[in-house]
Order: sequence, then C-alpha cells, then structure tokens
Amino acid sequence: MQKTKNIEIMVGLFVAAGFAALFMLAMKVSNLSAFSENDTYTVQAQFDNIGGLKVRSPVRIGGVRIGRVSSIRYDDNKLEAVVHMIISNQHNKLPEDTSANIYTAGLLGEQYIGLEPGGSTEFLKNGDRIVETQSALVLERLIGHFLVNPPAEAAK
Amino acid sequence: MLTWFQSLGRSGLSFFERLGRATIFLIEILAGLPSLFLHFRLLVKELYSVGVLSMAIIVISGLTVGMVLGLQMYNTLADFGTEESLGPVVALSLVRELGPVLTALLFAGRAGSALTAEIGLMKATDQLSGMEMMAVDPVKRVVLPRYIAGVISMPLLAALFSMVGILGSYFVGVGLLGVDDGAFWSQMQDKVDLTSDVLNGVVKSFVFGVVSAWIAVYEGYDAVPTTEGVSRATTRTVVHTAFAVLGLDFVLTALMFGDV
Repeated sequence: MQKTKNIEIMVGLFVAAGFAALFMLAMKVSNLSAFSENDTYTVQAQFDNIGGLKVRSPVRIGGVRIGRVSSIRYDDNKLEAVVHMIISNQHNKLPEDTSANIYTAGLLGEQYIGLEPGGSTEFLKNGDRIVETQSALVLERLIGHFLVNPPAEAAK
Repeated sequence: MLTWFQSLGRSGLSFFERLGRATIFLIEILAGLPSLFLHFRLLVKELYSVGVLSMAIIVISGLTVGMVLGLQMYNTLADFGTEESLGPVVALSLVRELGPVLTALLFAGRAGSALTAEIGLMKATDQLSGMEMMAVDPVKRVVLPRYIAGVISMPLLAALFSMVGILGSYFVGVGLLGVDDGAFWSQMQDKVDLTSDVLNGVVKSFVFGVVSAWIAVYEGYDAVPTTEGVSRATTRTVVHTAFAVLGLDFVLTALMFGDV
C-alpha cells in the first residue's frame, strides 16, 4: 500500500513539474505577460513605405515600448501601406495629433514605429487613424540621393 | 537480378502490411479508451515508469544542451556585439525544435524501448495469451495504459526539457559570461510568442508522443515471441521512432513556421 502511494506521489510531482514548466514557458519566456489582448486598443496609420516593418514589431513612445504592430496590408485605392497597431490601455492618453514615424534601432537593427505626441487635448481612441506619418528611411535611396547631390555641392 | 527485384517487392509489401497492421492496432487501442477510466490505477503506474523515471535523463540532457547552446551562441553573438540576443536565440531553438525533438529521441531510448521489451516479453512468456484465456483483453489491460501514459508524458517532458535548457543557458550566459540579466529575459519575451512558438512546440511534442508511443507498443505487441525477436523489436522501436520523429519534425516545422 505504501508503495502505490509513493508511486502516486511521484506521478503527481511529475505532472505538476511538467505543468509548472509549461506555465513558466508561458509566463516567463513568451510575451504573454507583456500584453494581454483584452487590455489594448487599436489605431491605424498609413505610410508610403514601411521598409522592413513586420507584424509584431514594437511601437514605442519616447523609447518606451507601449504596443506592437498587429497587421500590415496594402491599400490598392490609396496606394499606401496601412499598418494597424495595438497599444496597451495603460497609455490611452495619446493626443489626437500624435505622429507616427518608422525608425530603425541602430544602423542595422529592427524597425519599429516611434510615436511622437502632439499638443491636442483630444485623445486617440480605438479605431482612430494617425494622420501624420513619416515613412521608413530607405538606406539605398539615401545613398542614391547623396550620389546625385553631394552635400558639398548642395552647400554652395 | 530477378531475385533482387523480388526481395525489393517483398520488403515493400511487408512494409505496407506492417503499416496496415499498426494502424488497425492503433484503432483497437483507441477503441478501448473508455475502459481506461476503470483501470485508472494502471495508468498512474505506467505514468510512473514512463514519465517519472524518464525525468532524470530529460532534466540532465536539457540542462547540458541549454548550457552548451548558451556557450556556443555567446561566442558567435559576441562577434557582432549582440550578446543580449542569447535569450531569444536559445529560447526559440529550444521551444520550437530541440525541446520536442530531443525529448522524443531520448524518450524512445529510455521509455519506448522499455515498453517494447516489456510487452514483447509478456508475449514471449505467454502472459498475453494467458490473459485472453481469462477473458481479459490484453490490449485494454496492458497496451492502452502504456500508450496513454506515453502520450501524456511526452508534452510534459518536452516542456520540462525546454524550461531546464533555458535555465541552463541562463546560468552560463548570465552567470558565467556576463550577459545582462534583464536583457536576457526581456528580449526573450519580446521575441517568443505564446501561440506561434510555445503552443506549436507543445503540439509538436504531443504529435511525437502519439507517434513514438504508438511505435513502441506496436513493436512490442507484434514482436516475434522469442528472445531474438524481442531484441529485434526493441532495436526497431528506437530506429523507427528516430526516423518518424525527424521526418515528422520537418513536415511540422514547414507547416507551423514555414511562412514566417
């Protein structure tokens, strides 16, 4: 009898350890703790060129991560890329005239959306569109631009 | 030349014959599923021998794999000054690939071979036919609890492997090599997605559990009831599980992560 009880305890410990590992993978390793889907609102922005932006790229304001890109699609009528991003509800006091820019972290790093708050007293709500946007800086275009108009010449 | 074609045809036919028999056997096992609730104690006993006794090898392998992965990745990442990416690199490779696959291979060696040998020896010593004489269905009584124990154990063992591996790389990376503690975890949380990475890893290990436990119990039940037959069946379990797991891993990876 004692033997079967020991076996049962060991099996219980094994199952508990397995689920504890799963729980840790979910909470500590994955992004579950960072964002719960319910606690967010969605805004959209349109860009001429999104560069290397991807779904799940971070959305930052003042360098602080407040959300992520949830979907990217191309609008055939407006000929612009439409980016939807979800932002944590904690940060629901972004002015309506906030502008969205696509930046690169470091020279070769990943691209992210940087928001810059405007001065309006109205706040962005779920489903709103950010009007003022600035496209990604494409390195090749920049180099091409410098080759055509060298800065020394432009200064003249 | 002709005999060569003959033997090729024979081995081809016997392959399909075995596959067919194995499939019918799996259906027989699953048909007996309701009776598992009557023999719940048997399942607990098998969970002990399949799951609990595999824990030591899983934890130790996971720890060493994680530590080695941390060490090797650090050296390469340090060249680019991105040591902080150690967390996501290790976590993604463990959760998506190494955890499920290595666990399944170790499981085949540790638990699968034991299942085959046990059932095969029961057959060789006429215990299975003895049960049939007593109107006890050996599939329900012997095979089903072992099979289900294997299916339940695999995802839990794989999760354990991944978690211990991540902790191992944490000890090496943060403890020995001086990667920043906060960056290690926060970058990992940034890059690892709950559904597309962790959950897919669990699905993967569940599929591996279904397949490798199936191979193990089938080989045992189908073994030639002699000493040599049982030893052959045990070898086949390990070899076939390795093939099946590695082949399936490619298919599952292409399905789950192919378009990312």
